[in-house]
This record gives sequence, structure tokens and C-alpha cells, in this order.
Amino acid sequence: MKQNLRIAILMTLVTTVVFGLLYPLAVTGLGQLFFPAQANGGLIVKDGQVVGSQLIGQPFSSPAYFHSRPSGAGNGYDATSSGSPNLGPTNRQLIDRIKSDVEKLHAENPSAEIPVDLVTSSGSGLDPHISPAAAEFQVPRIARERGMSEADVRALVAQHTLGRQFGVLGEPRVNVLELNLALDAAHPKR
Amino acid sequence: MTANGWFQIGLFLAAILLITKPLGIFLVRVFEREGTVLDPVLRPIEKIIYRIAGVDERKEMHWSEYGITMLLFSAVSMVLLYLIERFQHWLPFNPQNLANVAPDLAWNTAASFTTNTNWQAYTPETTMSYLTQMAGLAYHNFASAAVGIALAIALIRGVARHESKTIGNFWVDLTRCFLWVLLPACLVGSLVLISQGVVQNLKPYSQAQLVEPQEVQTQSPDGKTGTQIVTQQTIALGPTASQEVIKMFGTNGGGFFNANSAHPFENPTPFSNFFEMFLIFAIPSALTYTLGRMTGSRRHGWAVWGAMTALFLVGVTAVYWAEARGNPELAGVNQVTGPLQSGGNMEGKEVRFGIANSALFATATTDASCGAVNGMHDSFTPLGGMVPLVNIMLGEVIFGGVGSGLYGMLVFVILAVFIAGLMVGRTPEYLGKKIESYDVKMAMLSVLMSSLTILLFAGVAVVGKFGTSSISNPGPHGLSQILYAYTSSVGNNGSAFGGLNANTPWYNASTAFAMLVGRFFVVIPILAIAGNLAAKKTAPGSLGTFPVTGPLFSVLLVSTILIVGALTFFPALSLGPILEHLLMLAGKSF
Repeated sequence: MKQNLRIAILMTLVTTVVFGLLYPLAVTGLGQLFFPAQANGGLIVKDGQVVGSQLIGQPFSSPAYFHSRPSGAGNGYDATSSGSPNLGPTNRQLIDRIKSDVEKLHAENPSAEIPVDLVTSSGSGLDPHISPAAAEFQVPRIARERGMSEADVRALVAQHTLGRQFGVLGEPRVNVLELNLALDAAHPKR
Repeated sequence: MTANGWFQIGLFLAAILLITKPLGIFLVRVFEREGTVLDPVLRPIEKIIYRIAGVDERKEMHWSEYGITMLLFSAVSMVLLYLIERFQHWLPFNPQNLANVAPDLAWNTAASFTTNTNWQAYTPETTMSYLTQMAGLAYHNFASAAVGIALAIALIRGVARHESKTIGNFWVDLTRCFLWVLLPACLVGSLVLISQGVVQNLKPYSQAQLVEPQEVQTQSPDGKTGTQIVTQQTIALGPTASQEVIKMFGTNGGGFFNANSAHPFENPTPFSNFFEMFLIFAIPSALTYTLGRMTGSRRHGWAVWGAMTALFLVGVTAVYWAEARGNPELAGVNQVTGPLQSGGNMEGKEVRFGIANSALFATATTDASCGAVNGMHDSFTPLGGMVPLVNIMLGEVIFGGVGSGLYGMLVFVILAVFIAGLMVGRTPEYLGKKIESYDVKMAMLSVLMSSLTILLFAGVAVVGKFGTSSISNPGPHGLSQILYAYTSSVGNNGSAFGGLNANTPWYNASTAFAMLVGRFFVVIPILAIAGNLAAKKTAPGSLGTFPVTGPLFSVLLVSTILIVGALTFFPALSLGPILEHLLMLAGKSF
């Protein structure tokens, strides 16, 4: 017993050094060596200024930008406070929130059906993507606000639409931040 | 539900099937010391560790010594984790200057990570320093996984050996698992994840200038609301990939970030998602082959695998169906699956994963004792959220946690053999060993301990404010939240119906206790079975022996699991998710 307790203490210390320190530091070194951009968060730099990450969504509210999904991370897309509001399917807060969002969106584009991902919050609260359907829903508004043709907006959306990975995995998606940056570059706001 | 969705699920199962035999053989070679290609590199490290710790690697242990050393190691490493959390403010690798963790939370987290649960009552980004994450939490992801696998191997030895007093050496099994099984896979796997976009650095959080500054509503501590212009986004970073890979491979599930595998930095692409799900099932599935190989009945190993796969397929089908149907209470929203959207119940889910991959992930993570999530189970439809709950209630034996899945399943195997023996009127036998009253008593003790703890704690929590004030989703869903919390704790799963405010003294104390019971009180009877079986004589099977191979046995095993689970939990489930489902269909909200 006494001998095993001594082993337990020493074993804990030695494995903590190997697996708790050496291993993550080695992985950090290898990651920084082989994949520096990914390992540091896929940051997007514009005019010498970090404007976001390819993988982390941002909030947009101006009608001239594509809007991201509702977010439960902090005050919205707070990347130090990831998460969702965790509302259950029969929670009145959820049903009312979606109802009010649906009314707003209907006012903007009365003819189209509202894609579900545009009114539901993501698991992370930082979802960088919307579905192609949610992008398509917003095309008329963007075209109107920016004085572009809908075809031009659609072409830009298509450029920033990712298909299934390897043609099989996951779902098609549109990166909202990258799309909006491209929109600003191609056709600045009036 | 789409053809592509089913294809992705099929692809996942095919990958698991393919890894089962090679990894299973590798595990046999590691624990039977038959030599592997990694020996030239790892054997010297192994010897150094033994020399420093004073381990005699030739020594064999009686089951009780094996159990005591396991408990000693768990206790000592748990204390170290508690101390790291309590002192993190003054320790290195703390670029965000985070404060020391509060005592009740530190205690809960220490219990949580030592028991392979990874229940998280905290927001990691703003609570845990990089040192705590690396040397405390990720370390325990390795340690608790290695302990679980060692225990499963000890139980297999108990079945395989005869007239033997010993079941192996805990220190040797632990060290070899650390070095041979976990380390190489994690080194390679973490690079795979980084290539997909999982972050790995020790930098302070990044500041990004928002493309469009936002006006947000704020509330000051005295309750006044105001508005504030937010111009920057602080992007949390850290040594994530090295932890992410062992979080999945060791079926731990504790997220580096609060949103766990839904966070784009933990799980950036559909491929990283596929890879992470593959890591969850890899060892548990391989262990069934190890069981067959070490006990000399490969067909028995595959029969167990078949039972697990059948239950997995039922679960994933149910979640996929329920989530793809969506939420009927959302009027005016298009939830129909089409080429431009995955549709379905997208609340709490990520666009890149959609419905099929969220359903698959939720099933895999609760079949196993992983508990990582890529979508929020709390926001699943009632039936979609009930499947993860039921998966854990069944004992996480559908592949299950690393090691714990197999030893949990072997308890049900013993019960199934016992029931079959009663039916044919003969002494039950398992691979040539007579199953006697001691074995069955220990098996029942192990099953009852966990069910009793779940129902007892959930029962207590619903009768007072201390429990019910944490509920965030009222109505029957509130009961589901509490039930899920204790089921997840006892099952050492760690996923949650996350709306429940679990960072209260009551929940921190009670779930920590439940986690410890769920791990150690379940394991001790199992080690007793291992020791008892090892001491028995082997008798060759006869015509009257009920075979533990083939589909008939798989069906009997599945039935045993379902009957035990249903009898125990059906009343509670009918008041929670089942009632909520009916009320949702009737258009009720709370």
C-alpha cells in the first residue's frame, strides 16, 4: 500500500510532465511549423489590421451586408463566450424569438420562405456560415442596398459557397464574413 | 432525411468496421507484451518511467491490489488537478491572467476529469488557464482513458485466464496504454486536426476589428439597461488541437471552449467532424476484437460488436428522423430539406454539419461515454434529445467509453448468460467458466449502483428550489434537464442539456459525487468479477451450453440491455421527453 502510494505520486508527476507539458508543447511546435496559419486561428488581415477569423462568425445588422445567424455567444458573436442559449423546443422564449425574427424577415422579402438556419441560433454562437438558401434569401436586399444586379450578387455568393467536403461530407455553406468582405471590395456601399 | 445523409452515416460505420481488427490486434500485442513496431522508440521511455516511479514490471497483481493501485493513482492525480486549478493564477501559461478557480468548481472539475466524465460547469475561455487546460485537463483525458482501458484489459484477462490468482499489473497496463495506444495516435491526430483549422498556440487572445461595429444592449449590475458600441471581437485561442484529439480518442469529451465540438476552432470542417467521431468509436470498437482474440473466441467478440452496432443504428435512425422533421411549433419557417439547406431543427446546430452529422455525432458521443457535442442536445426535439439520454441510461455499452464500454458490456453479457441459463435450466457458463451467484451478484450491484444514483439524485433535485431554480427550459423539459444532468454524471458522459445552470453549490457537489460513484463503485464489483473468474477452472463447452457467439446471442444481449434499461427508466422518461413530445405535437409551449 505504502509502496503503491509512492509509485502513484511519482507516476502522476512523471506522466504529467510528459503528457501535460512535453506533448502539448511538441504539438504546438509542430503545428506552428507545418500549419502556422491554421494553428493561429485563420486570421484575416486587411490593411495591416486583423478584421476577423475565417472560422469565427461576426455580427452584421446593416441591410447592405449579408446577415449571420442569431447568436447566443455573449452579446452576439462574442468569441470569448461561445455557446448557445440552449432553448428547448417547447420553450416560449424560443418560439417568440423566432416568430419576431420571421416577421422582420417577411417584411424585407415577402415572397420567399424563410430558411430555418437564418432564424435559429447555432450551437457555438460563432457559426461562420449560413446555408445557400439563407444567402439566396438575402440576395434581393443586398442588390437593392448596394445598387447591384441580383445576378452579380448571386455570382459573388456562388464564389463563396463551399460544397460538401470531398463531395460527400457535411453540408453546403456560405462564409458570411468572407462574402461581406468580398462585397465591400467588389462594390463598396453607396 | 437524405440519401447523402445516410451515405455519410454508412461511411462512418464502414470506417469503424475497418479499424476494429487491426487496432484490436495492436491492443492485444501491447498488453500481452508481444512486441510492436513502436518498441524501439517507446520501450526505452517505458523503462525510464518505471525506474523513476519504482515500478517492478514483472510483478503480477491480485484483483484487490489492482483495484487499490487504480484508486490511489486516481486520487493522487485528482488532488494534483485540484491544486493546479486553485493556484493557476500564479502559475505559468496564463496569458489572459485568469484568476484561481473557486473551490467548489475546482472540486467538481477535478472529479469530473478524473472519472473520464468531463462534465463542465464552467466556461473554459474565461475560467481555465492554458496550464490548467494542458497539464490539468488534457492530462486527465490521457490518464482517465488509460485507466479505463487498463481495467477493461484486466477484466478480459480475468475471463481468459484460469486457476490464476492475478489479473496483471496496473502500473504496466497504465504506462503501456499511455505510451503505445494514446501517444502516437494523438501526435498524428492533432496534426490532422490542425490542418483542418483547429488552433494550437500559447498566445494571448487575438483582437479583431469588426467589419461592422454593432450596437448592443447591455445591463449594468444595478439592473439599468443601456446600449454600447462594440467595435472589436476578442478571439479566444490556445493549445486546442493537442487536447481535442485525446478528448475524442479517450472518449472524454471536455471542450477546450465552452461550445465544445460545435466551436469552429475545435471542429472547423466536416472532415474534422468525421475524424472526431471516428476517434470516439475507434478504441471501444477495437476492444471487442481484443476481447475475442484474448479469450480465444473471435466470434464472441464479433457477436458483442454486432449487438453494439444494432443498438447504434437504432439510435442514430431515431435522432436523424426526429431532427430532420423539425419543430412543428415554428410557424412560417421553411424546415424542409433541400439542395440549398439541410433544413430540420437547426436550433443549436451548425450549418457545416447540418442534421445528419449532428444526429450522428449526438448518437456516437452518448453511445460512448464521450460527451463532446457538435450541437446542443438541450435544443434537440424531445425525441431527438431522448435518444442521447437513453443511450447513457443503458450504461454506455453501445461501444461505450474506452474500456468502460467493454467492461460495462461484459456485465450485461454475464446477465444475459445467466438469464439464458435460467431459461434452459442449466448452470450458466461463459467461455468455459461457470457463472455463479457471486458473479451475478457483483454484476447486479454494478448495474444497480448507477441506476439508483441517477434516480435518487434526480428525485431529490426536483423537490426543492436548490435543484429546480437551475432549470432554464420550463415544463416537462425541465425534468429532462435534471434527469440528463445526473444520468450524464453517473454515466461519466459529460454532455449536458446545457441550459441547466450547473454551477451552483448543490449541483457542483452532487454531480461530483455522482461522477465518483459512477466510475469507482461500478468498477470495483467488476474487478471482483475479474478476479473471481480468473481463479476458476475452465471446462470445455457441451451441447447444453448456450453459445455466446452468433446472432442469437447478439439478440439476447440486446434484449437484456433494453429490458434492464426500460424497466428502470421508462417512468422517468415518460414524464420528461415523451410527455414533452406529445405536448409539442399539441402546440403547447412553456
